[in-house]
Amino acid sequence: MNKVYSGLQKIYIALIFIFLYAPIATLIVLSFNASKTRAKWGGFSLKWYIALFQNEEIMQALWNTLAIAFLSALIATVIGTIACISMQSMKKRTRSFIMGVTNIPMLNADIVTGISFMLLFISLGVRFGFGTILLSHITFNIPYVILSVMPRMKQLNPSTYEAALDLGASNLQAFFKVVFPDILPGIFSGFLMAFTMSLDDFIITHFTKGPGIDTLSTELYTEVKKGIKPEMYALSTIIFVTVLILLLLVNYTPKSRRKS
Amino acid sequence: MKDALVNLEHITKSYDGQMILDDLNLYIKENEFLTLLGPSGCGKTTTLRILGGFEKPDKGQVIFEGKDITTLPPNKRNLNTVFQKYALFTHMDIAENIAFGLKIKNKSKAYIDDKIKYALKLVNLDGYEHRMVDSLSGGQQQRIAIARAIVNEPKLLLLDEPLGALDLKLRQDMQYELIRLKNELGITFIYVTHDQEEALTMSDTIVVMNQGYIQQIGTPERIYNEPENAFVADFIGDSNIIDATMVQDRVVEILGARFACVDEGFGENTPVDVVIRPEDVELVAPEEGIIQGVVSHLIFKGVHYEMEVMANGFEWLVQSTRMQPVGTKVGIKVDPFNIQIMNKPASEDEEAVGVNE
Amino acid sequence: MNRKLLSIPYLFWSALFIVIPLCMVFYYGLTDKSGAFTMDNIMAIATPEHSKALWEAVKLSIISTIICLILAYPLAMLLSNMNARQDTFIVLIFVLPMWMNFLLRTIAWQSLLEKTGVINGILGFFNLPRLDIINTPGAIVLGMVYNFLPFMILPIYNVLVKIDRNVINAARDLGANSLQTFTKIMLPLSLPGIISGITMVFVPALTTFVISRILGGGKILLIGNIIEEEFTKTGNWNLGSGLSIVLMLFIILNMVITAVTDKDGEVNAL
Repeated sequence: MNKVYSGLQKIYIALIFIFLYAPIATLIVLSFNASKTRAKWGGFSLKWYIALFQNEEIMQALWNTLAIAFLSALIATVIGTIACISMQSMKKRTRSFIMGVTNIPMLNADIVTGISFMLLFISLGVRFGFGTILLSHITFNIPYVILSVMPRMKQLNPSTYEAALDLGASNLQAFFKVVFPDILPGIFSGFLMAFTMSLDDFIITHFTKGPGIDTLSTELYTEVKKGIKPEMYALSTIIFVTVLILLLLVNYTPKSRRKS
Repeated sequence: MKDALVNLEHITKSYDGQMILDDLNLYIKENEFLTLLGPSGCGKTTTLRILGGFEKPDKGQVIFEGKDITTLPPNKRNLNTVFQKYALFTHMDIAENIAFGLKIKNKSKAYIDDKIKYALKLVNLDGYEHRMVDSLSGGQQQRIAIARAIVNEPKLLLLDEPLGALDLKLRQDMQYELIRLKNELGITFIYVTHDQEEALTMSDTIVVMNQGYIQQIGTPERIYNEPENAFVADFIGDSNIIDATMVQDRVVEILGARFACVDEGFGENTPVDVVIRPEDVELVAPEEGIIQGVVSHLIFKGVHYEMEVMANGFEWLVQSTRMQPVGTKVGIKVDPFNIQIMNKPASEDEEAVGVNE
Repeated sequence: MNRKLLSIPYLFWSALFIVIPLCMVFYYGLTDKSGAFTMDNIMAIATPEHSKALWEAVKLSIISTIICLILAYPLAMLLSNMNARQDTFIVLIFVLPMWMNFLLRTIAWQSLLEKTGVINGILGFFNLPRLDIINTPGAIVLGMVYNFLPFMILPIYNVLVKIDRNVINAARDLGANSLQTFTKIMLPLSLPGIISGITMVFVPALTTFVISRILGGGKILLIGNIIEEEFTKTGNWNLGSGLSIVLMLFIILNMVITAVTDKDGEVNAL
């Protein structure tokens, strides 16, 4: 009875696993397919990987995507962290009001957030392009930073800051030597989360991008009509493998003491 | 006071309209172990934080070595604090924690290394330089917090309930440790606690506080034996506090019976509070007692038996090494020296006012 | 250093990029092209074309949410029972697909489901009947379930791992059988995770225009597609904003339910 039960469990997990990975496996297989149509297997080939690096359009989109993800995550991290620090000294009411506003872009539908940015930029007369995408990405990234820094901030023993003052540190010294190292893991994971959110975004970029600029997502969306370039499969395989390796490294590096 | 290290003058502090400290005056002598003792919310921690520079009083002055330091920030004060729950820096190792203050002051590496060695030896943790904070036990973390403070050679060490998070046995060990440290360092300690036993064990002077007012200042013996009001008597140790009438000098009527005492000057037929410590109540044969009662409860406490005796409508708490079974008829006697007479407070407020020496 | 001064950059930012844009949606939604107040853009939801798209979106997103819940709960339970060492790795496995670009994953399903796609290729090889669901509501539901399933697994898992094993042992000790333990203990305790999962699946499913576009072949229009077209093709921003306001009513309703049931907000953290 117990054996049957645990067997069923394994089958269930395996089925969901297949469901989740079937499309990813498909993409990986297609990236090695020599034939251009995805219906036929034309033999193993690496030609799409070579073509990928010669495709300026895709390379430019990749560059845009990475630049926007990095810059927006970085700026959102700075703004979000400063916001967390300043919120610590606020009254509870003010703080929960600001947190409520902060959560709007996360809880609201991306399509509404996207069109609201579009309307704002139109009425401000801003030219749509790299800048407008960047501004909107920063905005929807900030909540993720605040959400991961805030809990760290709350766990912080307020006495450690006072202890640093007591031992002669100035306010700034106390912050950078004591508070900052303690919230650093939160800041770091906030940055990573913001970076991923920005990489993956399509909808908001769709409404805030101008003609002549594309990220990987918007590039893909236009290709849906014309047919996907097989180079994209190659690129997605590379990205997937990179992420997989990074995650494995992060999770399996033994958590060593900073100093032995 | 002229020879005082610290003078707190007319300190007043309130939060959100709630009075925490009201015109508090206190002086602390050099090389004294002074304890601020009281229940939570009595203002003892606020007093300590004002000394440390983490709070500014609404009114009044903090005079340290003859200088007004009321508005001086914490990092400019020549005193250090040992925080509740230690407040060690968990991202640094032990040596870095201890060196923190010295590095801020740009001391030489050799000097810092010397100091770390010396401080660790002093708190009996030699060789712990490169351990991380979270690998230490609570008691060890406590010692490191003290070491981190004293390497800065403060004139005054403030300790905010430092033993609160430790278990009983460790707490008792640390009490002796703190007394030893104070004697070796020869500096002034100001210690905050709500634990009366801790206060009685370690202090030269105890300041009992309640509701923002100082209730009594004195040596541990004096505080214990001669509490000045019912609050102090009740807070320090177990006691029987009974309504009574001072019939005349040296005679007090308690629960309808007349007892001899040693106090004078309360006038005639004045209502008073009487404090009798449970170990001072003598149980004798019924006919030998001033009043008679029946033992209603009995608990063995190790060092002594604790009994409750119902007599003249009052449940007397009695501690004795001689056991009387429940139901025994007994007489109660008290030595005149062991009856402490206190004026009744006219109102709740006056109860809190107490004395300012 | 006054800490309150530090809040100014962020307050300014959130006013300019969160509050004002939202107000603009309301402004456009409640005015006509000349700027005069009107309810027409909101009432436009009642036209057959729009109400059909809204109904279709609500229907498909509810179906997807229910399927996600049914698939995710047992999985989250199995995952939460694993021992700590395997734990992080297994959970990682189920979250990893989220790191693949959202559009790519959906496009991959397109190539799997196509008439001449991978699944039909395999079926054809074994002489089995062909699967013909591309460009149907079924394909859209599949795409929704696939894309948002991790959003259901994670919050439920996060709640389940926090349940003290002894609470379950206590229920068994007091005589509850497996089913009673589940319905009386596990389910009520995991409710905040379920609610949060429902929100995280329902809102993006209700408002999507990408999944319906790619897997519905442009034949099935959801409310998201209508709004998207008003902004990028037709150019009637007033109508698009009006319909967005209607959409937001659903989202707000959802938020209220979440706020009531998940006061600590802890399960929301990914």
